Amino acid sequence: MSEKVIMLGNEAFARGAYEAGCKVSAAYPGTPSTEISENIVKYDEIYSEWSPNEKVALEVAIGASISGVRALASMKHVGLNVAADPLFTVSYSGVNGGLVIIVADDPGLYSSQNEQDTRAVARAAKIPVLEPSDSSEAKEFVKFAYELSEKYDTPVIIRTTTRLSHSQGMVELNDRMEIEDKTYVRDIAKYVMMPGNAKGRHLVVESRELALMKDGCDFPINQVEYKDKKIGVITSGIPYQYVKEALPEASVLKLGMVNPLPRKLIEEFASKVETLYIVEELDPIIEEQVKSWGIQAVGKEILTVQGEYSANLLRKAIKGENPFISSAVSVVNRPPILCPGCPHRSVFSVLNRLKIHAAGDIGCYTLGAVAPLSVIDTTICMGASISTLHGMEKAKGKDYIKNWVAVIGDSTFMHTGINSLINMVYNKSTGTVMILDNSTTGMTGHQDHAATGKTLKGDSTYSIDMEALCRAIGVSNVYVVNAFDTDKLETVIKEATQMDEIAVIIAKAPCALLDKAPVTKQYRILDEVCKRCGMCMKPGCPAITKKEDGSIHINDTMCNGCGLCESLCKFNAIEEVKLK
Amino acid sequence: METKNIMIVGVGGQGTLLTSRILGGLAIQAGYDVKLSEVHGMAQRGGSVVTFVRYGEKVYEPIVEEGQADVLIAFEKLEALRYAHFLKKDGAIVINDQRIDPMPVVIGAAKYPENIIEDLGKKYRVYQLDAMEEAKKLGNSRVFNVIVLGVAAQHMGFSKEDWLTVIENTVPPKTIEINKKAFELGYNLHS
Repeated sequence: MSEKVIMLGNEAFARGAYEAGCKVSAAYPGTPSTEISENIVKYDEIYSEWSPNEKVALEVAIGASISGVRALASMKHVGLNVAADPLFTVSYSGVNGGLVIIVADDPGLYSSQNEQDTRAVARAAKIPVLEPSDSSEAKEFVKFAYELSEKYDTPVIIRTTTRLSHSQGMVELNDRMEIEDKTYVRDIAKYVMMPGNAKGRHLVVESRELALMKDGCDFPINQVEYKDKKIGVITSGIPYQYVKEALPEASVLKLGMVNPLPRKLIEEFASKVETLYIVEELDPIIEEQVKSWGIQAVGKEILTVQGEYSANLLRKAIKGENPFISSAVSVVNRPPILCPGCPHRSVFSVLNRLKIHAAGDIGCYTLGAVAPLSVIDTTICMGASISTLHGMEKAKGKDYIKNWVAVIGDSTFMHTGINSLINMVYNKSTGTVMILDNSTTGMTGHQDHAATGKTLKGDSTYSIDMEALCRAIGVSNVYVVNAFDTDKLETVIKEATQMDEIAVIIAKAPCALLDKAPVTKQYRILDEVCKRCGMCMKPGCPAITKKEDGSIHINDTMCNGCGLCESLCKFNAIEEVKLK
Repeated sequence: METKNIMIVGVGGQGTLLTSRILGGLAIQAGYDVKLSEVHGMAQRGGSVVTFVRYGEKVYEPIVEEGQADVLIAFEKLEALRYAHFLKKDGAIVINDQRIDPMPVVIGAAKYPENIIEDLGKKYRVYQLDAMEEAKKLGNSRVFNVIVLGVAAQHMGFSKEDWLTVIENTVPPKTIEINKKAFELGYNLHS
């Protein structure tokens, strides 16, 4: 008997790739997809890497597929936007070895800048989409996706969501399949997508869509469960679980493939049930197609396009029930915050003091937008800080941005910041870019990147020298400053923003959580000296709190001795405490 | 058996994941279907975090909803208050008597509620402890979460021996003894 274990959805995806004989995996970290690569790295049979961004990752996987092996790229939903360019065209060229792309959506916005629906992108790219509903299916669907990919000569997207990726469920382990590499045969008409060839491939794509729509009716991952036929529900993915909880008596068509839709199967199911509901999180992708075929159904009239669903939500919307709920107490929020000892806090405290605006980016440092720091003015997408600052200057002139900087992390700079910096140099910007270099990809839980000197596998590699890189691009004013040296930072920021030339400030200090070495010093407040002015509290360190009597204290279970508070105290009321 | 619904709430960084994994391991050992739901990413950074554990003959949704929790394990008082309405009418709350001020309180924009434990005691079965103090007595403040779990274990219907076996199988080998001691301490605290 094979072994049964409990696995995170993302761990199960990795296991599925392993069992399917996948040989190459590439990704850029992004919640909620990161743990796929972090688990794939445990299998020595798969080459796996962190690529600098999702476009590169997908292209790496495409190359591996063309060469004849099973390949994987994984990313979060907004990462698929970055990878959209190769995505739309690999749909035309098709594959050699199977090509699977796992994309993690984030309904409810736990850790993202938007709530877009990957199925809409996949429809536009005409790529089949599978959607598992638990860890066990996560593993099995990867294997099925590789079969589909090779049989129908198409990349296959597996869509997951935060709830699936970050839930654990039971998984039965199987052995790795021995998949022979496919022979590579030069096929210019298939792999060179210039207009003449692409015209031909477009026809192939259209007939592939039709074939999948028809054959999908017999795929074992599309399942019909007939029960009481008063209510019929078409659903997929995690919402299937909510349907089973809330409507145990209903007939259900559970779609494992959500693009293209198995039309005949849906028409047959619809004809057998009295009232048809369509339960899908985010956009009405299934609903709009089903209704366009003249089928009556209820969907977004009663169900939201925002956030996650739940069984209670369905009980209310479909059954009109009011489940027992004692009323929630209105409680003060606990928003996420920068950790004690975070170097970003030090940089932001200086920007705050200088009343400088910041075009922000994606990472922990986005939290600089939250009070009391409140220094981040904009956050759009990866790499946008640098280019939006440039756009402001071109719109309003160089004096307008004398009290602005762009703020970007080291990993994000490697991702898509470099292009924007090239643009600033090329188009004669005078702006100031701050690279907050904490030597890791912080928000997603410490992944290496091209400037950390380590690969995903943990091997040593060349570490890109960011200072040299910026100079090579053409920035002559590059400052490298310790992120905790607030005096130096202040001087450098003033100088850089005032000059009529482009400047880059690299503020360096490792993420406070990166080094697990024990804390060697902490700080404490000498109550008899403290004037209770509150200067030390301005940067919003969670370790510093004010008691009812007005006295200020540093929590010794949280302080990790960064010293920012001490550097801000004008009365020497904060004292270093050496720890053993 | 009806599916059991357990919630573990706290502040990002308090170690709720270890606790849920011990509990999940226990339910698997007993032969149940198990689902756990966790929080990763941005919300983890000092924010309010919640982990769901469900076990029974067949578990569908991986989350626990309002009005369904049998046991709520709260590592922090304010988080106990935030999620108390997830409890069933006769549900139990285990509260670690620790206060961590959220940023709106730190900057003076909001007040930390007073008498949380007393007020919750009027509506629910509350079991409180100061796990940090208890852990310091054991000489290792890191095991405070296993002490809390020990208190909660009284309300979940597994034998003490089963708990100890799972703890042995889940925690790093070097910390087995201290974690077992921590569990026993919690287990006997309200018995």
